[in-house]
Amino acid sequence: MAGRQGSYQELLLAMVRTGILGYGGGPSVIPLIRYEAVTRYSWMEDDEFGEILALGNALPGPIAPKMAAYLGYHQKGVPGAITAVLAHIMPTSVAMVALLGLLYALRHSPVVAGMIAAVRPVIAVMLGQMTYEFAERAWKGLGKVFGIAFGILAFLLLSVLNIHPGIVVAVFLAYGTVHLSAVVKRNSSHADKKGASS
Amino acid sequence: MTLWDLFWGFFVANVLGYGGGPASIPLMQEEIVNHYGWLTNEQFADVLAVGNALPGPIATKIAAFVGYQVDGWAGFAAAILATVVPSAVALIVLLRILNHYRQSNVVRGMTLMVQPVIAVMMLLLTWEMGKVSIGSIGIWQSVGIAGVSLWALTKGKMHPALVIVAAFVYGGLVLSSSMA
Repeated sequence: MAGRQGSYQELLLAMVRTGILGYGGGPSVIPLIRYEAVTRYSWMEDDEFGEILALGNALPGPIAPKMAAYLGYHQKGVPGAITAVLAHIMPTSVAMVALLGLLYALRHSPVVAGMIAAVRPVIAVMLGQMTYEFAERAWKGLGKVFGIAFGILAFLLLSVLNIHPGIVVAVFLAYGTVHLSAVVKRNSSHADKKGASS
Repeated sequence: MTLWDLFWGFFVANVLGYGGGPASIPLMQEEIVNHYGWLTNEQFADVLAVGNALPGPIATKIAAFVGYQVDGWAGFAAAILATVVPSAVALIVLLRILNHYRQSNVVRGMTLMVQPVIAVMMLLLTWEMGKVSIGSIGIWQSVGIAGVSLWALTKGKMHPALVIVAAFVYGGLVLSSSMA
């Protein structure tokens, strides 16, 4: 089930639409991209989309541009990938430069200064929400004990010892490659002991 | 040299950001504010504000603006390239290999183990941005706006972009009188 072959025009329209209608980053834009690829244009089946999304999530970096690149590549090869990514990110990237440029040009106006200042606590709240979401993911994915222990360890390394975050992430990633196998092994050896003693 | 710095800074921040664009925000702040000093924390807060008021992926919006600010349109291109290309190419090239390892404990463990680090970095960034806010409008306005926006976002289920626009309006009307 390869799905039908799309045109450049479809690719362009689909990616511009998802780029400017997707508010709130990755999680909110994925259903829109799925709608374009699976429902509207039938480029692929739902299963295939789900599979690519899962693979995309196993890689670092922003998810929406990754999906755009893959869909473009799937339809039209490398030029398709470039078209899709540019269509997806360019309108808002240019808007970002224009809007912030305008805001900074008017920075000395008390009205604009007030506007900028009033948004700062909102940003802190939104970052706080994201903190909660990542903490929840750590907590649920690793379990309470490991989630909290590794959180404290990360805090000590980052904030007390002031180690560069890149190094901390790299160390955690390296340990992550063996963590699950180690836990499984430990649990099964516990289970063996229990099994032997009972 | 600046272009290379931009490329390298955004490459590092995004290649380490497991968990989509938001996971890269604290890593980008580290490069943009702490390491290269391209923006102050105050300016980074403004970038997040405008970025959250506009649609589209957050990581590329931050890259676009900071790249442009540092080195014009060449910087814009360098920062966006570094943000998007490595992971997009990886998805396309590694698709078959990844499919094989996706369920493996190695890949799942890596993705999981990054979450507590990102959570802590996000917490530290929340703290920094809170200080920025208190520094500019004082504790009472900050706590008041934060309380109302937290309520609007969670209990009120209000759209984040609308909350930001509402804060802009409030600031323009009310806080402007106290801005010198």
